[in-house]
Amino acid sequence: MHFTINGRSYEADIDVRTSLLDLCREHLELTGSKKGCDHGQCGACTMLVNGRRVNSCLTLAVMHQDDEIVTIEGLGQVGNLHPLQDAFVRHDGYQCGYCTPGQICSAVGMLDEVKKGWPSHVTGDLHDAELSDAEISERMSGNICRCAAYPNIVDAIREVAGMGDRDPVLKTAAEIGA
Amino acid sequence: MKTFQYARADSAETAVQEAIAQGAKFIAGGTNLLDLMKLQVETPEKLVDITRLPLGEIEQREDGGLTIGALVPNSDLAADRRVIDGYEVLSRALLAGASGQLRNKATTAGNLLQRTRCYYFYDTASPCNKREPGSGCGAIGGFNRILAVLGTSESCIASHPSDMAVAMRALDATIVTLKSDGDRRRIAIGDFYRLPGNTPHIETALEPGELITAIELPAPVEGAKHLYRKVRDRASYAFALVSVAGVVKMDGDTIASAALAFGGLGTMPWRDAGVEAALVGQPATTATFEAAADALLADARGYGSNDFKIPLARRTLIASLRDLTGR
Ligand SMILES: Cc1cc2nc3c(=O)[nH]c(=O)nc-3n(C[C@H](O)[C@H](O)[C@H](O)COP(=O)(O)OP(=O)(O)OC[C@H]3O[C@@H](n4cnc5c(N)ncnc54)[C@H](O)[C@@H]3O)c2cc1C
Ligand code: SF4
Ligand code: FES
Ligand code: FES
Repeated sequence: MHFTINGRSYEADIDVRTSLLDLCREHLELTGSKKGCDHGQCGACTMLVNGRRVNSCLTLAVMHQDDEIVTIEGLGQVGNLHPLQDAFVRHDGYQCGYCTPGQICSAVGMLDEVKKGWPSHVTGDLHDAELSDAEISERMSGNICRCAAYPNIVDAIREVAGMGDRDPVLKTAAEIGA
Repeated sequence: MKTFQYARADSAETAVQEAIAQGAKFIAGGTNLLDLMKLQVETPEKLVDITRLPLGEIEQREDGGLTIGALVPNSDLAADRRVIDGYEVLSRALLAGASGQLRNKATTAGNLLQRTRCYYFYDTASPCNKREPGSGCGAIGGFNRILAVLGTSESCIASHPSDMAVAMRALDATIVTLKSDGDRRRIAIGDFYRLPGNTPHIETALEPGELITAIELPAPVEGAKHLYRKVRDRASYAFALVSVAGVVKMDGDTIASAALAFGGLGTMPWRDAGVEAALVGQPATTATFEAAADALLADARGYGSNDFKIPLARRTLIASLRDLTGR
């Protein structure tokens, strides 16, 4: 089977049961994408397929032979980081880092969805989607972080979305759960 | 996962031909089917990949309604301007379900056909009449907090998990199909889902190998207010314990028309003409809302840990009706 991942061509001889995630991790040495649950519940495996964020654990590799796939490795590399990778580092948007590749791929897809004007569950007027902290939390809810680095993940996304830093007083209040 | 034969269909006609094979299943977004195949709850012998079929468009019909292709992803459907303008309840229901990633992959037809989240259905070591007809029901007398209180039977009390299908039911959607003999059918959503009775493994009116090609919505109700209210354990990314989809039109203080459907409560996306009859032509008062809740819950039955859904449904319906009628 033939695949296009991060702009590169790959051939792989795989079982039809192989998920897109296992194709990358087990057959192509692209181990950046992580497996948390393997059931679509955690988001650690998030990749971009034709520019859209999806859970790569819940789709078969065989179904994606004509698609453009981007993993965390394709977003940026050391010395040439994607703005979100850079912002996650500077804002400490992680602790153990296991969920981070999925968080970053998801955030890239999410910001693109906002650009297209897609609303979310917390959007008031569905015609008018505008990013806010509540919007970021809702739109990123498919990415679980067991280390609960959420406040800093939101900060990193805010920066790249051009929303500026949060009010430091508000930030402290949020962090103590008030 | 059990192995299977894989076939990619390039037209609806070849897809239904491929699906004649014993043990064949269509795969669309795969977000429900693969989840269940990994656990060997589903063990299809053949997967017919329909994702390349030209069923991904939303079209406005001359009668003012919409035709939604079976493969339109949930996220695209929720964000479509025609849906937001005419069928806000559908956008809201979709956006209340799953996550951004899942909605990008999940399709309209796949969402209608997603299977219950009953724990015993998922656990192949437990008895379950839906998974293995005749094996018994682990949930009756077991952990049934998330399961149904309406439409249950002695064989099965599984709740239907979809949010989207609840809105579709309130909107009187019609399911358009293609059968392997080439016949096309149009099935009203009210006739699409089956009560469990003593055959809980048969969930819909679809025949084996029958392909959903589209879902049709009638023209929008002019001047109606839409609402989808979902009560769940977490604020996001959780299935409904109770949900209400409503489309209500007022004439002054009187309720002129009402379409209400319910999620989390029934063995299928639930709608009850008695609820609407209790509302239409009545003043928008608490007494009217209570009467509607009485009609909805007259036959409700709890199974222990899901008893709480009955008072929760009453309160959620009344709160929804207050919003819908501007009271
Ligand atoms: C973690 C998680 C959380 C979720 N939360 C929610 C939630 O809160 N609310 C909610 O509503 N849903 C939720 N879902 C379920 C999700 O909405 C469904 O998995 C999805 O809609 C299924 O669509 P699909 O295209 O992926 O279907 P598939 O998995 O591809 O197919 C599902 C079934 O439909 C059949 N099928 C598909 N297309 C056709 C067709 N055209 N004709 C005939 N048969 C067809 C398949 O054979 C299969 O039996 C959640 C799922 C996950 C994994
Ligand atoms: S409620 Fe239905 S799905 Fe759940 S165990 Fe009983 S028979 Fe199976
Ligand atoms: S590994 Fe895919 S969602 Fe958890
Ligand atoms: S950083 Fe550890 S799970 Fe998110």
